[in-house]
Amino acid sequence: MTWALLLEQFLNGFQLGVLLFLLAAGLTLVFGIMDLVNLAHGSLYMVGAFICATLTELTGSFGWGVLLALPATMAVGVIVEMTALRTLYARDHLDQVLATFGLILFFNELTRIVWGPEGMVIPLPAWLDGNVEILPGVHYPTFRMLIIAVGLGVAAALYVLVVKTRTGMLIRAGASNRAMIGALGVNIKTLFTAIFGLGAALAGLAGMMAGPIIEVSTGMGEEILILAFVVIVIGGIGSIRGAFIAALIVGLIDTMGRSFLDVLLSAAMSASAAETAAPALSAMLVYILMATVLFFRPQGLFPPHGRQ
Amino acid sequence: MTFKKLSAGLVAVLALAAVPVQGGTVKIGFVTTLTTPAGVIGRDMRDAVNLALEDIGNKMGGLDVEMIFEDDGFKPEIGKQKTDKLVQKDNVDFVAGYIWSHVLLASRKSVLDAGKFLISSNAGPSQLAGKLCNKNFFSTSWQNDQTPMAMGEVLNQRGVKSLYVIAPNYAAGKNMVSGVQRAFKGKIVGKDLTKWPGQLDFSAELAKARAAKPDGVFIFYPGKAGGAFMKQYQQAGLDKTIPLYSVFTVDSISLPKFQKANMSGVMGSFMTQFWAPDLDTPQNKKFVAGFRKKYGRYPSFYAAQSYDTVFLIKSAVDAVNGNLKDMDGMRAAMEKADFPSVRGKFTYGNNHFPIQNFYLREVVKDSDGNWTTATRGVVLKNHQDTYAKLCKM
Amino acid sequence: MMRFNLRIVCTASLVLALALFPVILEGQSFYIGVLSRAMILSIAALSLNLILGYGNMISFGHAAYIGIGAYTVGIFAYYEIYDGFIQWPVGLAVSAVVALIFGAISLRTKGVYFIMITLALTQMLYFLGVSVDEYGADDGLVIDIRSEFGGYVDLENRVTLYYTIFVILLATIAGMHRLINSRFGMVIRGSRSNEARMRALGYPVDRYKLTAFVIAGVICGLAGLLLGNYTNFVNPDMMHWTRSGELIFMVVLGGMGSVFGPVFGAIAFLLLEEFLSDLTVHWQIIFGPFLILVVLFARGGIDSLLARGGRGHD
Repeated sequence: MTWALLLEQFLNGFQLGVLLFLLAAGLTLVFGIMDLVNLAHGSLYMVGAFICATLTELTGSFGWGVLLALPATMAVGVIVEMTALRTLYARDHLDQVLATFGLILFFNELTRIVWGPEGMVIPLPAWLDGNVEILPGVHYPTFRMLIIAVGLGVAAALYVLVVKTRTGMLIRAGASNRAMIGALGVNIKTLFTAIFGLGAALAGLAGMMAGPIIEVSTGMGEEILILAFVVIVIGGIGSIRGAFIAALIVGLIDTMGRSFLDVLLSAAMSASAAETAAPALSAMLVYILMATVLFFRPQGLFPPHGRQ
Repeated sequence: MTFKKLSAGLVAVLALAAVPVQGGTVKIGFVTTLTTPAGVIGRDMRDAVNLALEDIGNKMGGLDVEMIFEDDGFKPEIGKQKTDKLVQKDNVDFVAGYIWSHVLLASRKSVLDAGKFLISSNAGPSQLAGKLCNKNFFSTSWQNDQTPMAMGEVLNQRGVKSLYVIAPNYAAGKNMVSGVQRAFKGKIVGKDLTKWPGQLDFSAELAKARAAKPDGVFIFYPGKAGGAFMKQYQQAGLDKTIPLYSVFTVDSISLPKFQKANMSGVMGSFMTQFWAPDLDTPQNKKFVAGFRKKYGRYPSFYAAQSYDTVFLIKSAVDAVNGNLKDMDGMRAAMEKADFPSVRGKFTYGNNHFPIQNFYLREVVKDSDGNWTTATRGVVLKNHQDTYAKLCKM
Repeated sequence: MMRFNLRIVCTASLVLALALFPVILEGQSFYIGVLSRAMILSIAALSLNLILGYGNMISFGHAAYIGIGAYTVGIFAYYEIYDGFIQWPVGLAVSAVVALIFGAISLRTKGVYFIMITLALTQMLYFLGVSVDEYGADDGLVIDIRSEFGGYVDLENRVTLYYTIFVILLATIAGMHRLINSRFGMVIRGSRSNEARMRALGYPVDRYKLTAFVIAGVICGLAGLLLGNYTNFVNPDMMHWTRSGELIFMVVLGGMGSVFGPVFGAIAFLLLEEFLSDLTVHWQIIFGPFLILVVLFARGGIDSLLARGGRGHD
């Protein structure tokens, strides 16, 4: 075990956390302010990745692919919100879960029909496809550094938006008390659509960042969606700050668990038992963390003020 | 009024359930995966079967062939349901296909208990090679452990002393790992079993592999996980420092995608298989050329195995002149493995698994510039799986 | 003037049809199998209805108990213990204990947190199943010999298994009906519409809810025992959270909070899946919007549609 390995794994965990944050931010906003459980958030992640893949192929540049795909994904989100989701705001959570689950099936099959079942690969320009030497002897993939940079940038931008602008004030007010902002004369419909669009763009961005690493395929949203829900539950629903911190914690624990759990366990039990237990335990680790947090603080770590 | 509706409904159901009369046809059920991202494999197999039927003029032993494709949705429960439908409702004479070991294991009882022939065109679980072997079961593929064992042998031959192993944490993954461990004589300096099917980001495992400084990295990642792994291997710069050895990860289905994404890290990597597109046998030449002409792409090993399945069944039906009631006759014919196989001449072991060669393959560019694999030599000659001795046949 | 109640007529016809099916369709073992599976899932849906339909506890972890029941049969069969008199009581007991633990943990939370916790707990069981090599891990276990009951009931016979499931289904429906209309059931239903009031009335609502959770778990475990026998197979996929989602959908489709609804829902769901997947490989693009439409417009499920349809004829 070297310092180089430790640093690399820390960066990996941080990168995963930042990616989760991009996804969780939109999810927690939509849930916190509009009280909408949107299982199809993962579908927006997937659609964003597919659109980016196609645009990258057409324009020949990854940069243009992302820049053009962002508004496209936002548009998809807005259309979905205006057609299918508006009726769900008034419904209870179970209805929302079921209806958005139906949306997942629809989107999965749609992408299969439009893009074929094989999925797509997003090629990166050569300078992004290599690695950098961040410290003597320690190499880290360039693209993953980019993800960290983008994620932190978005986090900073969201912070400015939420804390320093009037829209952000509406967002924070809405997360604490939805009825009040309506009573104060704000156009709820437009605000909701705008927030959903923002969430969709963030989810799409997460998909575009993940695509070059893991390949774009149908159903890629489901796995990471569960993790995103775990993040917002741990962080506190409606809180972007909570989502950021929880995402980093989850990312680090998941990665560190995968990296070092077998070593830790083999200190306590036989090598072959550790071999079986480590993968199982590292998969469960995040859920155990969530259960523990909920046991001691059922409303999450950083619930928005005013919510119980 | 409702009673009329009810009786009408009952009559309709009865009509639906009426068993069609068996004419001069041999009915074959083919269970594979046609939905989910893994559907690309099922598509390859179905294309190969259809090509084979064309090549034999859709006739076996004087009978017309009716091929019924069913989708298992990558789930054992659905696979079993579809198998039940084929056996009980469609009354097929042969059941073939099966990509996945767990689907095959769940479905086998339905076929074997009904006294029908079961042919695996891919899955090769150790149970069916050993304890649960059955006289009516035949394989046109291999037993799961054989291909990684061949890789272990390759590693020994190439002088690899230390190996880092990364594979998915499910039964087939563990089979691959135990297969390579059985044959490899060097030291395994690290082993990571990753979450399956969810985990597609291998950053943690790649970092550990790099830190362990092995002579080689061995992986098994079928489907989309393979593409993701290759990409990340390249991005981490490991393709230039540590040679990659894989089984069932790089194949004719994934190579076109890799080529499109310009993943040059895959070029020159090694794998082992019982077959390659450039294998020099008359049947294989005909098969690969025909497949490329009809479908515009190289066939995968899944396709090759499915092509053989049709010819295996044909040899049985031909031998009894279409008398499908002569099960013993058909079985004896199949046991002889007396049909033109893409892999060349081979024999069946007592457990009805092929005793065959395994070759080393390398990823290369062909004369048209397409990425494909080329054979580099025989690793294991006439190799029989290790479970045959557990089979009491 | 004949009072025409569509709901009762349909229910009665369905029960009659199920009872007579094997007799009418002698030899059509495929359909007997399909209906056996439909009835088993009906039992599971009925158990979920107790906590979801009547108690409004949205559990995404209910499929775990199917897994427990099926794995009990599987693991015992692995050690060549085929005696149903041992397997089944153990299966039910384990379901009860797990439901007690999971319920105690989950019921501390509400709303979407409850959903997430139940989902997380079932996923942990799933990962556990995938990791234990001995019991097949992801490949699962094949159950070659079904539960034996000392020669009284031969489950190897398809028709016998069918009627065993049928009888258990009827018993479950009858039991649910009595439970719902008992004082216990009243408390559960009362706490769904207004929990604060039930507490104010002095009822230990949490204890009632936990009891309901355990009962639901045990009955679902029974469905699992039957499923393991029917499919001759068990694997961790049976416990995945998406299977819980399917059960929830069956309950909603059939009509939440109605006695017979889950049965309609389970059968309709399976028939729809069967029918649609025969139609096209891309059936999910129809199924998805169908789900949405049901939620938006037919929220009361089949049961309420029947009730409405019947009333129109008065």
